[in-house]
Amino acid sequence: MNLDAFAGCLSSASCLITQTSAGLIIGMLLFLVACGVTLIFGVLGVINFAHGAFYMLGAYLALTAYQLTDSYLAAVLCAAAGVGLFGVAFDRLFMSRVYNSNVLMQLLVCYAFVLILDDAVKMIWGAEFQSMGMPAAFALRPLHVLGGLVPPFYVFLVAVTIAIAIALGGLIERTLFGKIVRAAAVNRQMVSALGINTSLLYASVFGLGALLAGAAGALAAPVRSATPGMGVSILIESFIVTVIGGMGSIAGAFTAAVLLGLVRSFGSIGFPLFTDGLMFGLMVIVLLIRPQGLFARGSA
Amino acid sequence: MAHSDFGRPGRRSVLKAGLVTGATLAMPFVARGASKQPIRIGQPSILSGRIAQLGISSRNAAQMVVDAFNAAGGLDGRTIELISRDSKGKPDEAARVVRELINNDGCQIILDSEASSGAFAVQEVVRETGTLCIHADSETTSLTADPKIRAPNAFRCARQVLHDSIVGGSYAAGIAKAQGLKRWMTCSPDYVYGRDSSSEFLDYLKVFEPSVEAVGATWPKLFAPDYTENVTRILETKPQALYSALYSGDLVSFIDQGNLYGLFDQVKFFAINMADYTTLHAVKKLPAGIYSCNRYLSTFPATKSNAEWSAAYDKRYNVLPLNWAWQNALAMQFLVEAIKKTGSDDGKVLAGALRGMTVESPFGAKGTVTMRAEDQTIVDYAIGWGVTIPQAPFVEGMEAADWTVIAARETEWKKQKGWA
Repeated sequence: MNLDAFAGCLSSASCLITQTSAGLIIGMLLFLVACGVTLIFGVLGVINFAHGAFYMLGAYLALTAYQLTDSYLAAVLCAAAGVGLFGVAFDRLFMSRVYNSNVLMQLLVCYAFVLILDDAVKMIWGAEFQSMGMPAAFALRPLHVLGGLVPPFYVFLVAVTIAIAIALGGLIERTLFGKIVRAAAVNRQMVSALGINTSLLYASVFGLGALLAGAAGALAAPVRSATPGMGVSILIESFIVTVIGGMGSIAGAFTAAVLLGLVRSFGSIGFPLFTDGLMFGLMVIVLLIRPQGLFARGSA
Repeated sequence: MAHSDFGRPGRRSVLKAGLVTGATLAMPFVARGASKQPIRIGQPSILSGRIAQLGISSRNAAQMVVDAFNAAGGLDGRTIELISRDSKGKPDEAARVVRELINNDGCQIILDSEASSGAFAVQEVVRETGTLCIHADSETTSLTADPKIRAPNAFRCARQVLHDSIVGGSYAAGIAKAQGLKRWMTCSPDYVYGRDSSSEFLDYLKVFEPSVEAVGATWPKLFAPDYTENVTRILETKPQALYSALYSGDLVSFIDQGNLYGLFDQVKFFAINMADYTTLHAVKKLPAGIYSCNRYLSTFPATKSNAEWSAAYDKRYNVLPLNWAWQNALAMQFLVEAIKKTGSDDGKVLAGALRGMTVESPFGAKGTVTMRAEDQTIVDYAIGWGVTIPQAPFVEGMEAADWTVIAARETEWKKQKGWA
């Protein structure tokens, strides 16, 4: 514990800028993965334990697309679309068969796919780690803001994620599709009784969640080396985000992801040996005070 | 007249006699067949995940030595069979794999190609089973230096943190003195190797340059995906120099993320594990001027035999060898030499031969490497520090270590610990 350093950081503009931007970047990638988890759970009632594998798939697809096209934009789009389509296929071929099964069966199917996808990645891309490297457009010196350092790539990443969050919020809150999704989250049978094709709806939601995980993998690829099994750690953190934010809440996922990111970045200054503990501690506090999560409606 | 069978062999007796005779006659062939059984060596290693390329290079290098031994006729026709298994970098899985190799696959010898996290688990299994083991990748000093952890049937054929720290501390102290680097920080993986490496490096840095000060440390988890919080903590602490024992994909991610903040323009970076080919190639924007120890370089030691070994490995696997490759090649060479010398595959006999054995090696500081008898670990291997450059040969200005200095400091250190 280093409270002097922590207090010093809080009173220094440069430290506040650097650590806040670091917290935001950690939080933004978490959000992209967690909002897929929360969306799928909110509508389908399924906890998708394979979501981390989608993130990994996104990173690898982006890597290949980048090597083929030399365009980072194309890499992100290919990865997001590719993983989104994979998510639709995964839902239709496998998950749809266990929607009405107990959670253990769903867990088993998801876990099997985690292992299968890890092995598939090893066979296709090899067992070794791979690095995309920073695209030329972002290989710039960090920006100096009030003495703090902010990398241009992270500014881009935060901006893209906020844009995605706003678009997603708009989609859910202001469109017919969003209304149907929200209705399905409350009462699936009624939505089905009204003649809405719920199979298509579920596949769309699953695909959208997968697309977001794929986009997160692609956005992380320039700074995080890709390796089989890389989805596990982010999956655990995104579950924490989902629990803190409230299962099924996009706004909750965003708030919780930013909160976790800031806890990690500022925690590393004041409590460098206890940053993971702080993260779980935050989750425990939220569970004690508001068991359903910060933004979820109703009781847990 | 009653017919007497006395003295006349019955059908059952004939069958019994035939079986006994047949078995007796067949015995030499059975025995000879048994003696032609391969000598099975089990190799737990990390063959998947972010440091899989190290495990794969371990398997590749050991297999080259095995193939050469087998091609030369083996031990009176008995070949070596190397059975490699993936532990996925998990200590519990490493222990399970080793038990499986010994109990199910009948391995008489374990070539442990685990990182330190797994090697300590392997050590406890082989201590219990009494199986001969050579740890080929764990660098944590206590594995063989601490008498409580050391096992009579376990050897280490890998570089050692203490040796690297003495050399690194001495090298870094010279640079600290010349450039006025007083404020030092460390960023190493949060497990036994990272902790040992950082603390022993700082200890020797202070021995050789007492004016330096450790101003902070940050401990990312092994295989951490994100180092942003570590990078920003380093920036906030404002050290003049940074030491890191991160390695492989973790080091690549750390450098990629550090580059975004211009970290390496602001601190002198001493990354002990930088000078390994996969890492050097994987970093897309390798900052110039990183100080590193040689992990494996075909140009250090600058000998014909080292260059030839590297070329042979590259030719066979179409990739350059790594630090774990030379250690495993050497470990297997020690085993092969012991098998040849004793004509045995018995663990106790081989262990006796291994203690104090010296072999000619491309990886020796002066052409040979010795398995020191007192603590069953190798000495006299090539260690040097230099500065990275973005293109081949990737490291220049290599300064070779003096083993008389290492030995003297090591003895002193062991006395302080009460391990001498």
